[in-house]
Amino acid sequence: MTAVEVDRINVFMAVRRAQRPARRAALSLALPLIVFLAIAFVAPILYLLVTAVGNPETREVLPQTLRALESWDGISTLDEPVYAAFANDLKVAKDKSTAALLGKRLNYEISGMRSRVLAAARMVEKLDTGPYKEKFLELNKDWDSRETWEIIKRNGASFTPYYMLTALDLQQANGSIKRVQGDQAIFLDVLARTLFVAGLVTLFTLILGYPVAYVLTIAPKAIAGFMMLMVLLPLWTSLLVRTTAWVVLLQSDGIINDVLTALHLTSERLQLIFTRTGTVIAMTHIQLPFTILPIYSVMRSIPATQLRAARSLGAPPSSAFWRIYAPQTLPGVVAGCLMTFILSLGYYITPALVGGPRDQMVSNFISVYINRDLNWGLAAALGVVLLVVTLAIYLLFLRLVGADKIKLG
Amino acid sequence: MWLPSYTTPSERLMRTLVLAFAVAVLLFLIAPLFIIVPLSFSKDPFFTLPVREYSLRWYADFFGNTRWMNAIFNSAVVAVMTTVLATTLGTLAALGISRADFPARRLIMALLIAPMIVPIVIVAVGSYLFFGQFGLTNTRIGLVLAHTALATPFVVITVTATLSTYDTNLTRAALSLGASPSSAFFHVTLPNIMPGVVSGAIFAFAISFDEVVVALFMTAAEQRTLPVQMFSGIRDQINPTIMAAATLLLALSIILFTILALMTRRRVK
Repeated sequence: MTAVEVDRINVFMAVRRAQRPARRAALSLALPLIVFLAIAFVAPILYLLVTAVGNPETREVLPQTLRALESWDGISTLDEPVYAAFANDLKVAKDKSTAALLGKRLNYEISGMRSRVLAAARMVEKLDTGPYKEKFLELNKDWDSRETWEIIKRNGASFTPYYMLTALDLQQANGSIKRVQGDQAIFLDVLARTLFVAGLVTLFTLILGYPVAYVLTIAPKAIAGFMMLMVLLPLWTSLLVRTTAWVVLLQSDGIINDVLTALHLTSERLQLIFTRTGTVIAMTHIQLPFTILPIYSVMRSIPATQLRAARSLGAPPSSAFWRIYAPQTLPGVVAGCLMTFILSLGYYITPALVGGPRDQMVSNFISVYINRDLNWGLAAALGVVLLVVTLAIYLLFLRLVGADKIKLG
Repeated sequence: MWLPSYTTPSERLMRTLVLAFAVAVLLFLIAPLFIIVPLSFSKDPFFTLPVREYSLRWYADFFGNTRWMNAIFNSAVVAVMTTVLATTLGTLAALGISRADFPARRLIMALLIAPMIVPIVIVAVGSYLFFGQFGLTNTRIGLVLAHTALATPFVVITVTATLSTYDTNLTRAALSLGASPSSAFFHVTLPNIMPGVVSGAIFAFAISFDEVVVALFMTAAEQRTLPVQMFSGIRDQINPTIMAAATLLLALSIILFTILALMTRRRVK
């Protein structure tokens, strides 16, 4: 290093040092918000991720059994010590009322396990001493099955891939991962449905929104301002109000059917509420402003003189539009469409109120597993799947358009 | 209409069609919102137009029902608390971010954009599970915390936008004339960035007042907010009282929107 370079570095360091108080002051202003978001936003999402792989039940309820199973090779027949440990654990579980928790968890992997665990817990409560093995086998001969103990042993681990696999229609059996067959395989279907509905909504908002964005750029100022108001007001109106409006409009004896029959477009009233069609119409209505605004902001920056130049050089109107104008609007189209697609993936309220049972999206299933089935692990795992898909598309968005395109309208 | 003189007849026709299409789409955007208004004033419990006879019975029903009144009260309390918290945190952060030597810009931008991108149901479930550990589910505080996380980014964005047109020399002048940092802020900076702060506060209020998914997860019957009450009402059996509630919410949106539009106009002048 030459003396000049050393000087330069020293000067650079000195400048950095001198700026440090200012940097610190700037950061300290934002610090409360950073800390707040870390606690109230980031931590809950991290907690969701942990819940998706967490596996506390077996560890907490069966500590002695798991210790007794440690040396088991998975093949040989189990002896009295394991059953004795199991009986002790169940006695404690009965006192703390945690047997149901364990039963529910193991029931996810072997059906019928819930009642078996509860019956076993009731039985051991009445027994003072062993031997326990024959009592368990008397109660249910499946307490001798290798599979049962294998699953109990496997769930002694702090983390489980079970929920994530289930959320992707996969299951673990005999050490390998297989696709779930038949009517158990529902979640990939739900994910595909969610992507399909989001894609359809995106396409419709583009078809409906592109001409509106264009007209907004060519209309005289006062009229354009009024039109803009018609785009922004729905955006400002509560999502629930907009969904309510569609619930009312789409009723079998509702206004849309009234109009259609009055115009003799249909002879009988259409079923629109609780259908996919109704869901897509309502979602398209709600998402339209999100697609229109980015397209509009790009269109506004395209000089009108370009189209005029193309025309004066002899281009017919259609090729002037498609070859000069449309390609330049592409960044707006991509931004608007990706925005709508990302937001559509997370819809919950509209499918819940306007859709039928076959139109429920990933979010609705998450809600069902939280509120009705109380299967938090699976709800969290479905949440992780939804989050990963959304973030992947968002990263694509960043690659294609950049974060500065996100506007509030 | 709105065309230069060299246009061909076919182009004119095309343009007219595009215009007609755009107007139709705009009607599609706006009409569903206003269809609920006459229905809420109808005397009949059906959802058909034209309305045969007008009455205020659904409004009487709405204002006379303790469940709806309780829901309005909850919504208002949660939204006001969210607004205060989000506006304070957001304005402070915006002041820091707008300084040239802010060191963690990328981190905070990522943190601020995340609540807009992450599906709302994930925020809801995460909050439900996480806040449940501290007994904050089924409390208004838990809901306020979750709503503040969703609302603050909008405050930061609006205040940052106003700060970009604010001449920081004014603050410096105040300080050099002997003002303490806090009185320089309250007497010089804050009055100048007030439009941005108020816009942010309106955003925060509207977001919290309208939010339904997180509220569905985080509240029990006692803390039920207006949107949650509407949601479960529609789920059970849609009735005209919900139309009255929706009309009132629509009116609130229009009022907030108008205030915001007036403030933006004043800022432009």
